[in-house]
Amino acid sequence: MRLAPNTLHFFGIILFLFSTLSVSAQEPMAQNVNDGDRVNTNSEIDAYKNHHIKDAHDFHLYSYTNDAGERKHVGFPLPVIIWSSNGLATFMSSEFHHDTDGKVIVKQNGSSFVNLHDKIYELEAGATAVNFDAEHHPTNAALPLDFSITKSVFGILMIGLLMIFWFSGLARQYKKKQIPTGFGRILEPLVIYVRDEIAKPNIGEKKYRKFTGYLMTVFFFIWILNLFGLTPLGFNVTGQIAVTAALAIFTLVIYTFSGNKDYWMHILWMPGVPYVLRPILAIIELAGAFIIKPFSLLVRLFANITAGHIVVMSLIAITITLKNELGAFGSTSLSFVLSLFLTLIELLVAFLQAYIFTMLSALFIGMAVAEHDHDHGHDDHGHEVADAEDVRADFI
Amino acid sequence: MEEMVSWVPNLVGAGLIVIGAGIGLGKIGGAAMEGIARQPEAAGKIQTAMIIVAALLEGLAFGALFLGK
Amino acid sequence: MDQLLNDFSPGLFIMQTIILLVLIFLMVKFAWKPILNSLNDREEGIQNALDAAEKAKLEMANLNADNERLLNEARAERETMMKEAREIKTKMISDAKEEAQAEANKTIAHAQAAIESEKKAAISELKSTVATLSVDIAEKMVKGELSDKSKQLELVNSMLNDAKLN
Repeated sequence: MRLAPNTLHFFGIILFLFSTLSVSAQEPMAQNVNDGDRVNTNSEIDAYKNHHIKDAHDFHLYSYTNDAGERKHVGFPLPVIIWSSNGLATFMSSEFHHDTDGKVIVKQNGSSFVNLHDKIYELEAGATAVNFDAEHHPTNAALPLDFSITKSVFGILMIGLLMIFWFSGLARQYKKKQIPTGFGRILEPLVIYVRDEIAKPNIGEKKYRKFTGYLMTVFFFIWILNLFGLTPLGFNVTGQIAVTAALAIFTLVIYTFSGNKDYWMHILWMPGVPYVLRPILAIIELAGAFIIKPFSLLVRLFANITAGHIVVMSLIAITITLKNELGAFGSTSLSFVLSLFLTLIELLVAFLQAYIFTMLSALFIGMAVAEHDHDHGHDDHGHEVADAEDVRADFI
Repeated sequence: MEEMVSWVPNLVGAGLIVIGAGIGLGKIGGAAMEGIARQPEAAGKIQTAMIIVAALLEGLAFGALFLGK
Repeated sequence: MDQLLNDFSPGLFIMQTIILLVLIFLMVKFAWKPILNSLNDREEGIQNALDAAEKAKLEMANLNADNERLLNEARAERETMMKEAREIKTKMISDAKEEAQAEANKTIAHAQAAIESEKKAAISELKSTVATLSVDIAEKMVKGELSDKSKQLELVNSMLNDAKLN
């Protein structure tokens, strides 16, 4: 029972963190109201939101204006690594001086780079400034391949290291004793949960072991990143479509390469269906397996997390938008209550999305490796009787 | 104003998607609740199946929303 | 859709793929494999312990049943022994009774026989005594009768009369 007070402490700290989250996220905005040159109008709030849910090249914690009226940014720069037309270029993002409007030009390896809305463009040779067309798209700059350690990559690396640190610690504990202590007691039930509730029932008792490593990595990766997205650090890693696309493609690759004969048979030459229909079904099934399944995986995670972030930010923005109607105190407290409530829901969503992603991955893998029992799967005419799994496959 | 008008079809479409998804989710949730009430011992299995179906529906709805955006 | 594609950053995608690959590899090697192995070992250990406990319980139950059986046997044996003893007792008592009865009967028979013979002896003695007595009486009477002549003649006459009748 020695754990109990520790656990209470732990949850207390978490609750405290999340309750201060909303406050600390609001405070700069509330101050900004008195400060003419920052977030004030609806379009500025939109810009702020967009900036938040997008990736960035430096790690920006907060900004303030000092007594001299100078804008100061607190944060740290991240390395920029770009494969440009003149080869690899690396520099620190601080060289842009927090400029995201394409005004500051960084010259490196004979190429000129500008930061335009947190995307790094390479100017065409000879250009000295970015030219925009009517819709504010740059006309004389192109997007090079950007391998920078952006905020998202930084977050991914951090979470990866954290996971390795936590779980290898748990693994080391097992060498000495049967039952883990301390933080391991929180991790162990989660591991058992993923194994027993996600991997085993969906893949099957015999084959689950091979895929559990991937499923657990993905589950904890998504969950922890979702949770960190709720902190005021400003991560929105699982809300980056590139990240969710990579995750979905991993699942696609795994279930494609571990699919057995039955699986391919059901995709390419569906048994128990008139021969005329089989090529049509094959096209549908191929589209389902290679486009719809991964697309639904990646869009679901991306959209849920992005939508959550936008809604939380919008509720926080109530402080500004309703200030005239409700007064400073009224709008702030309304926004505090609403965003606290929504943050609690987002805590649930953070888990649920990790669960669903892992669950569906396990389901797809399970469908690919399932062994169909042909003895009772056919009725008198040799047609396959649709079992639950096949019906489920038609859904997806 | 013109900008507003160009957004209207998108917004109507988004509303239709949300209505459809809402009806679907409501049916799934209602059926699951009924099932759980009828057989409380099968609550875990019903919940899992419910979440899977809801996730599929959600994927569809999000897909449509993003295609429209 | 346009915005979706616009937001897609190929560089981030490649970085994520590489990092995830490395992460999966490291996690499987350093975390999941040992964790799952030791979880399995532990669960097997628990299962074995439970099985062993179940087995011990079964054995205990067997032992108890054995004990019960032995106890029952002993009880039955005691029962039969008691029964036998009781039977022997009753038999002995009845035997003794019978013997006593027979003895008594024998004694009575002896006594009766003795009484009978005594009676017979007494009767025969009485008979002889009576005979002697009657002979004596008769002698005396005859002596008396024959003392005078008339009487003797009278007797002879009467006797002769009797003889004639014959």
